[in-house]
Amino acid sequence: MGQDKCTKCGPTTQVGHPEVPHHVTLPPRHDDLKEMLDSNKDSLKLEAMKRIVAMIARGKNASDLFPAVVKNVACKNIEVKKLVYVYLVRYAEEQQDLALLSISTFQRGLKDPNQLIRASALRVLSSIRVPIIVPIMMLAIKEAASDMSPYVRKTAAHAIPKLYSLDSDQKDQLIEVIEKLLADKTTLVAGSVVMAFEEVCPERIDLIHKNYRKLCNLLIDVEEWGQVVIINMLTRYARTQFLSPNQNESLLEENTEKAFYGSEEEDAKDAKAEAAVLAKCKPYVMDPDHRLLLRNTKPLLQSRNAAVVMAVAQLYFHLAPKAEVGVIAKALVRLLRSHSEVQYVVLQNVATMSIKRRLEVLTNLANETNISTILREFQTYIRSMDKDFVAATIQAIGRCATNIGKVRDTCLNGLVQLLSNRDELVVAESVVVIKKLLQMQPAQHSEIIKHMAKLTDNIQVPMARASILWLIGEYCEHVPKIAPDVLRKMAKSFTNEEDIVKLQVINLAAKLYLTNSKQSKLLTQYVLNLAKYDQNYDIRDRARFIRQLIVPTEKSGALNKYAKKLFLAQKPAPILESSFKDRDHFQLGSLSHLLNAKAVGYQELPDWPDEAPDPSVRNVEVPEWTKCTSREKRKEKVEKPFYSDSEGESGPTESADSEPESGSEENGSSSSSGSSSSGTEEEEEEEEEDSGEQSEDKEEEEEVEKRPKRKDKEGSHKAVLGSAGSPSEEEEEEERAKKAKKKAPQGRKGRVETSSEASTSESSSSGSDSGSEAEAKQRKPPSSKASPKEISLLDLDDFTPSPVQPIPSSSIISTSLVTDLEGLTLTDSSLTPTLLSPAFSAVKTYELLHRMAGEGLAVEYCFSRRPFPGDPHMVAVQIQISNNTDTEVKNLRVNEPKPLSGMRIQEFPEIEHLAPGDTATVVMGIDFCDSTQAANFQLCTHTRQFYVSIQPPVGELMAPVFMSENEFKKEQGKLMGMSEITEKLTLPEKCQSDHTIVQQLTSAANVGRVPCGASNEYRFAAKTVTSGSLVLITLERREGSTAQLTINSEKMVIGTMLVKDIIQALAQ
Amino acid sequence: MCFQQKMIHSLFLINCSGDIFLEKHWKSVVSQSVCDYFFEAQEKAIDVENVPPVISTPHHYLISIYRDKIFFVSVIQTEVPPLFVIEFLHRVADTFQDYFGECSETAIKDNVVIVYELLEEMLDNGFPLATESNILKELIKPPTILRSVVNSITGSSNVGDTLPTGQLSNIPWRRAGVKYTNNEAYFDVIEEIDAIIDKSGSTVFAEIQGVIDSCIKLSGMPDLSLSFMNPRLLDDVSFHPCIRFKRWESERVLSFIPPDGNFRLISYRVSSQNLVAIPVYVKHMISFKENTSSGRFDVTIGPKQNMGKTVEGVVMTVHMPKAVLNMNLTATQGSYTFDPVTKVLTWDVGKITPQKLPNLKGMVNLQSGAPKPEENPSLNIQFKIQQLAISGLKVNRLDMYGEKYKPFKGVKYITKAGKFQVRT
Repeated sequence: MGQDKCTKCGPTTQVGHPEVPHHVTLPPRHDDLKEMLDSNKDSLKLEAMKRIVAMIARGKNASDLFPAVVKNVACKNIEVKKLVYVYLVRYAEEQQDLALLSISTFQRGLKDPNQLIRASALRVLSSIRVPIIVPIMMLAIKEAASDMSPYVRKTAAHAIPKLYSLDSDQKDQLIEVIEKLLADKTTLVAGSVVMAFEEVCPERIDLIHKNYRKLCNLLIDVEEWGQVVIINMLTRYARTQFLSPNQNESLLEENTEKAFYGSEEEDAKDAKAEAAVLAKCKPYVMDPDHRLLLRNTKPLLQSRNAAVVMAVAQLYFHLAPKAEVGVIAKALVRLLRSHSEVQYVVLQNVATMSIKRRLEVLTNLANETNISTILREFQTYIRSMDKDFVAATIQAIGRCATNIGKVRDTCLNGLVQLLSNRDELVVAESVVVIKKLLQMQPAQHSEIIKHMAKLTDNIQVPMARASILWLIGEYCEHVPKIAPDVLRKMAKSFTNEEDIVKLQVINLAAKLYLTNSKQSKLLTQYVLNLAKYDQNYDIRDRARFIRQLIVPTEKSGALNKYAKKLFLAQKPAPILESSFKDRDHFQLGSLSHLLNAKAVGYQELPDWPDEAPDPSVRNVEVPEWTKCTSREKRKEKVEKPFYSDSEGESGPTESADSEPESGSEENGSSSSSGSSSSGTEEEEEEEEEDSGEQSEDKEEEEEVEKRPKRKDKEGSHKAVLGSAGSPSEEEEEEERAKKAKKKAPQGRKGRVETSSEASTSESSSSGSDSGSEAEAKQRKPPSSKASPKEISLLDLDDFTPSPVQPIPSSSIISTSLVTDLEGLTLTDSSLTPTLLSPAFSAVKTYELLHRMAGEGLAVEYCFSRRPFPGDPHMVAVQIQISNNTDTEVKNLRVNEPKPLSGMRIQEFPEIEHLAPGDTATVVMGIDFCDSTQAANFQLCTHTRQFYVSIQPPVGELMAPVFMSENEFKKEQGKLMGMSEITEKLTLPEKCQSDHTIVQQLTSAANVGRVPCGASNEYRFAAKTVTSGSLVLITLERREGSTAQLTINSEKMVIGTMLVKDIIQALAQ
Repeated sequence: MCFQQKMIHSLFLINCSGDIFLEKHWKSVVSQSVCDYFFEAQEKAIDVENVPPVISTPHHYLISIYRDKIFFVSVIQTEVPPLFVIEFLHRVADTFQDYFGECSETAIKDNVVIVYELLEEMLDNGFPLATESNILKELIKPPTILRSVVNSITGSSNVGDTLPTGQLSNIPWRRAGVKYTNNEAYFDVIEEIDAIIDKSGSTVFAEIQGVIDSCIKLSGMPDLSLSFMNPRLLDDVSFHPCIRFKRWESERVLSFIPPDGNFRLISYRVSSQNLVAIPVYVKHMISFKENTSSGRFDVTIGPKQNMGKTVEGVVMTVHMPKAVLNMNLTATQGSYTFDPVTKVLTWDVGKITPQKLPNLKGMVNLQSGAPKPEENPSLNIQFKIQQLAISGLKVNRLDMYGEKYKPFKGVKYITKAGKFQVRT
């Protein structure tokens, strides 16, 4: 079929690829391309695709190749595949039926374990503009929106507007997805989802409330393009939600506010200067959220990206108190050094700004201090050869003079000097400007008027003559002797004048007639008579009108009396305005503003509301934030220097700023290093095995350290999970076996002293990981994945509500604990409130500071699942510090906690000494605000400090609660709909028994079991630690090995994350 | 169907003779004929390069930039910040420059497949996706002579066979697993002086625009801190996204995890006039006589205080008034040319030795009968001073954290003339 089609369109679609010389001789057809595409060789396919893409790039039609190309969509070669995608996206719209052939490939791609493949599949799928696949796209987007990989979620956000443009009926569903993605905390997603929001539902401002603060805080770490979109959106948002900061005429915040943000250097300076003035005025209190936005966008003025700088500039222009707008000037001036196109746009915007604020905003433009420089500069310009430029300069001088009172005289004098310029144009322009200036203060300037009157003899430019005449007429009372003389001269030359001059002559005559009729009556009559027979009807009309008005006749009406008033009314001085004046109703920096016409899709910038809408809508369910409505409390927190404070608030895990603090290199929390570093680790391990057990102690330690490392990677960074997951698991299996063997010798360091007792307990608890109990029992303690080491269990001993001392290895307590644990885990069928006791199951240990990075100081942490003494809203984190150096470590303490907004950290008491080889265990409390954001802080010793971060798995953010079956059902009934998340799963073989299911589930999350009548159902309940929101988990087993997991919680994010974690735990 | 489509819709690359040699559409296809509006505007413009960057047409808006003799014309359908598009287009041009060594029509045509792949990655649905050169280089390998030879033999292309990780990481500008045998970090502090000197030799306006360009070839994930002896000098700084703003704000230290390879770390401005030392002075005597249709021209350039460094690469260009027919000059140093068509006088001076100041002197022939030029031309001067940052900015030290090896570090200073104009 392609054959004849091809010959038809052969000549029009020529292939002239420079890189393929052997084809040049052949008549270019597509047959050869088709052949190449059908061949088995990737290289031929690739060559063909390259040539096709080159055709597309030149705008040539290659659509007849569609069938041949689409076949290759499943090609293994990634290069071919990419080019096929390019082709598909270009032509799918034209060949919809054929395009459908490719869909299944993308659907498969959406399920790929590799996040990049998932993302690219979604990208291409959503770019194929074929209406028939709308439902498929919708499904794919929904799925991708809850993908573990932020990159895939970003792609989902990108896909939303694509789908929307294809089928706007999907709006409601898409809004749901947008809402979900807006809640996302990663910087990667933020920009893209706001872009989607702006395109799909910019009117749904309510969706922003809950995310407002988060967006403000994330802003600095979002990529440049996202920043622009977010800033523009927030500008609009702020205009609807906050009060105008300038309502009391350039009022700043009240004084307390000022102290509050006192560390903002520049602002403070401005503020102080005005403080005195302000003290008297009625205080306007800026909403803290409004301030947050201004504060967090300010650093972006230093972006290298002109668009970002402009976005911030317009935000400040539209939102900031007048006194603060000045900060944008420097940045804008900097932009002027950029590419000419950037200059063009920036200048347009600056023009508007300066008009609106009448030059006072941009300190770099004219003000009293630099005006003399500017004027000197203008003088140089006036000598320029370009006369238009000179004229423009004179106008600019005029504008300066109008705006800056002090220099008005100087300007006038300068302009008067110009009147004697050789060039007529310069003179004319000057006269026009002088006229405008004089109008503002005529009284003092009769001299100038006289001078100008003399000029009428010489100046020929009509506009200038007209201006002079008008001036003389207007101020004829100041120059009583000259005015009639001028009129006499003008009357003489009346017939030769330009129309515009004639009109002014008539005006002058009329005015003189009214003020000084004795001297000018006859002249006026004469002029009017001349005008009566003029060729121009305007002039004839004017003459007739004026005659009627001023010359009293018997018929003259009432108007006559008022003639004088009419003519010599005080005329308001003009404001010299440039052509940018009327643009200010468009949002600065927008296309509409530049074109001074509303562009399609322009969102009006709303006016400030009169009454501020309820600010509490922005409160996220973070108790800390909502609780401290009283200003004092917040102030306390913010009294630290400005930036460190904001750092705390705006430093999420993803942030570039907090990157080094979180020590990503060491603990592999940066997904970029994920797969590769796991590779090196494997190598390391192998090496170790080879080297045998030369130093047992050391090796053990290393193993211990490495383990949580990998765990961390798998757990918190699903990014690499897809590709790296299975091999590492196998490896782990091996290692477990190996470890089990090694376990035998007990000669470990202090912390392992009681391992014999512990190991029994552990074997039971660790069963969770391995699946079958028997297996677990065979394998000895540290092998379990969920409970990496016995150490952490032992440490529970120390986990008493009192301040913690370095481990006294009290075996008595530990035995009792062990028995406790035994009881708990072995009697898993007895689903009683005893389950409430936390920490019954395996405890995972995570690495906080690697031995190498910590220069011999190794720090690990685990979630003990005990309530933190003193504050029930905090998650207790048990930290174990071992000193592997050969010197004593002193003054170990937490320094500079930098919690995200609302997060709180209760530091552990300082450890004064830690002898070499010793290990200390302490407990600190962290209120994570029910989010999985990491808590960052510094760990200091007497010599060094380390940036560390603790990121909680979602399952640790809750504490078990007890409830009856009925209560459970009742609560569940309240949490339906949006708060319910259901997921189907298949239970692996080894995870079929009640025991393992319960164990796996409770290891994944700190929940308590709720009794249940049905044998195939498991129920668990917990409350989030910070807000106390209920989390209800139901696992229902179906036929075969399938099961359904339902989570009811008003915290949707937690619910979603928990579902993932639980499924993952059960799948293991 | 087309409902609210945003951002960049299509891109056309047009050369100076008005050929559209590349087009790329991110959404449905927009006909080439839309460029006719652009050509129309081009005809109206005084010179070809001065087309307004934003053109409104009945159905679209065209936003264009002009770079290296190519017009990048983008088609926009709805409201979008114009700077957003302009900045993006420049980023595209920068990327081409980076990949092909030049952003020329030939380079683009020769590498059309790579260009297409790049455009595909840089923009998704009209919204920028990956614009960091490091990420792009991981996705699409830049062409090298060796590789193109290998490719033509093996038939492979430039698409990276490993999937990039950078975009997924927290540090989008750096790729993982960088390895070098020689670990080096070089910083070039380049300052340009913009100045206007008036007739009497006093400074009307002077400003220093500086940049620090870096070439970082370090393995792993180095975390660098660069500190200055006198950071307060810097008036207005703009940063590469890698720099931690808060460290700068609090300690005036540039702390960053660098991208791999060449990049601009910061650009800054030193504007307070008394800080700006002008490194050269110009003595000039230019006059025109009406009656004799001739004039005199006498210019001497000399070095001012520049810390003992030589001023080199000095070139003076003057746009003479239209009435000037020809010039007969003698240069004590270097050579001069005068183009009677464009009326541009160029004097290539070279190095200035304080012992013997370069001088250019002679007669100017004016068109007979024409009025004498009212205004003397301004002299535009270019120069270069090695080993000196005229603002006095000095790098204090560079520290590296996060990696164990010892890198080789180097800092180079250069001062150049930017828009340096002397009025006569």
